[in-house]
Amino acid sequence: MTTSWNRQNYQNEDLEQHPAVKALRKDHDDAIVEIGSFRGEVTVVVTPDRCVDVLTLLRDDPDLAFDFLSDLTAVHWADRKDAPFDIVYHLYSIGNKMRFRIKTRVEEGFEVNTAYGVWKTADWLEREVYDMFGIRFAGHPDQRRILNPDGFEGHPLRKEFPLGGQVKW
Amino acid sequence: MGPHHPSTHGVLRVILELDGEVVVNAIPDIGYLHRGVEKLSEDKKYLQVLPLTDRLDYLASGSNNLAYILAVEKLLGLEAPKRAQYIRTIIAELTRIMSHLLWLGTHAADVGAMTMLFYGMREREDILDIIEMTTGARLMPTYFRPGGVASDIPEGFEARVKDFVDKFDVKINEYERLLTKNRIWMTRTKNVGCISREEAISLGLSGPSLRASGVDWDIRRDEPYEVYSELDFEIPVLPEGDVYARYMVRLREMRQSSRMLRQLLDGLPEGPYIERSPKYVFPEKERLEDSIEAMIHHFKLVIDGLAPPEGEVYSTIEAPKGEIGFYIVSDGGPKPYRLRIRPPSFVNLQSLLTMSKGNMLADVVAIIGSLDIVLGEIDR
Repeated sequence: MTTSWNRQNYQNEDLEQHPAVKALRKDHDDAIVEIGSFRGEVTVVVTPDRCVDVLTLLRDDPDLAFDFLSDLTAVHWADRKDAPFDIVYHLYSIGNKMRFRIKTRVEEGFEVNTAYGVWKTADWLEREVYDMFGIRFAGHPDQRRILNPDGFEGHPLRKEFPLGGQVKW
Repeated sequence: MGPHHPSTHGVLRVILELDGEVVVNAIPDIGYLHRGVEKLSEDKKYLQVLPLTDRLDYLASGSNNLAYILAVEKLLGLEAPKRAQYIRTIIAELTRIMSHLLWLGTHAADVGAMTMLFYGMREREDILDIIEMTTGARLMPTYFRPGGVASDIPEGFEARVKDFVDKFDVKINEYERLLTKNRIWMTRTKNVGCISREEAISLGLSGPSLRASGVDWDIRRDEPYEVYSELDFEIPVLPEGDVYARYMVRLREMRQSSRMLRQLLDGLPEGPYIERSPKYVFPEKERLEDSIEAMIHHFKLVIDGLAPPEGEVYSTIEAPKGEIGFYIVSDGGPKPYRLRIRPPSFVNLQSLLTMSKGNMLADVVAIIGSLDIVLGEIDR
């Protein structure tokens, strides 16, 4: 496989030694908001406008080769006033057998660029995020609801959406 | 096509655009079974979420339980004792055979070979009996717990599994005799629904369907969980990427599962079946009578629930259908702040268009069958 790849670096306690973090520091240093890790899973928070650039770099860098988009989802932090939504990308590198998490924080109404051009997987996953959270993706080829019916009102996974109700579908 | 077409395995509607009999466009319309599992989970304690996971992929409940439990254990920083890990792996592999058998039966029936359905159901019944004697339930076991399993395996369990594996190794040759070199089967499945390696990765295909496109990736080997690192097994990979290759990969996987079951039975160690970590796991019922601490822990767990530290984990396993992942965000409370399920069938179904474009209408049935989807998991 690749040459400079080293499993030790991925598990180093000093996160700056992580190959993906190094690569991001080199090319997209100003896009990085925060770096953290929990239970051995490294998370990098980036600014929403540069998000897709970061993802493209992670996929195309021959040493990192995060070629598989494992999951794309969102989290609604109702108490966070400035940017209540986290969009979370879980990447996987089939060659290096490594996972990596990219997050970006967006405010209500902000449209992140679609990741469809990077991985086609993002098509339905972004539709689901739109359906459940009401976050739109700029440039998405087919931004419709996916699990809920077309005339459905509201976005169920937002914290203010009630758990029970009388509306019948 | 659908939502009540017999070959869609549930309620799936596919909007097909045809040129004569050739498929030009295929848009799956899903959501008929949507129950809002992710939303419901946010209002349930960690243990109460467990029964919901059974009902995602209801043909392989054991695998879903395992994926969820491993995510919770990772969040808690808890590890199950060796014996529990062995038991869980045995159940997971039995579940894999069970799921593949039902897939093979229905897939073959879709294409017109009815016999396989009855054969598959027959062997699946044996596994269901084993699961019933162990867990008390047939389809929805909810048997695993954070830190281990709910109860030890019953007497005679090992002998029953051994019997089954011995029988199954003979039966699987029977299936192969029915299908593998069957002229009609080959005509219906070879060079149908092809997908290339690059497209499959870009579309996020996972599990046996991805391995049938020549990608050598199996989470059981590449990110070993439970006791898979101690087992000796092969990952079947085929380069063709057509319906026949997906059939062959799953068939070989069943042989490997049976091989793993033999090793698991031989290696099953003695010891506790659950880690009695007082903050996260219920104490034994007998101890409640003479220990005040046990009583307190019991009450605390029932009323407050287990409270993991603040943080987020994403944990995946190799389910029969592909990569199933659980992403849990905890705010330190007794309920998950956000629980995201990454269902393999949902992502796999996306490649239906790529696979069926340019094929005949009748082939769509074979292609949907070969993807091995379960709507309970797609719609959640």
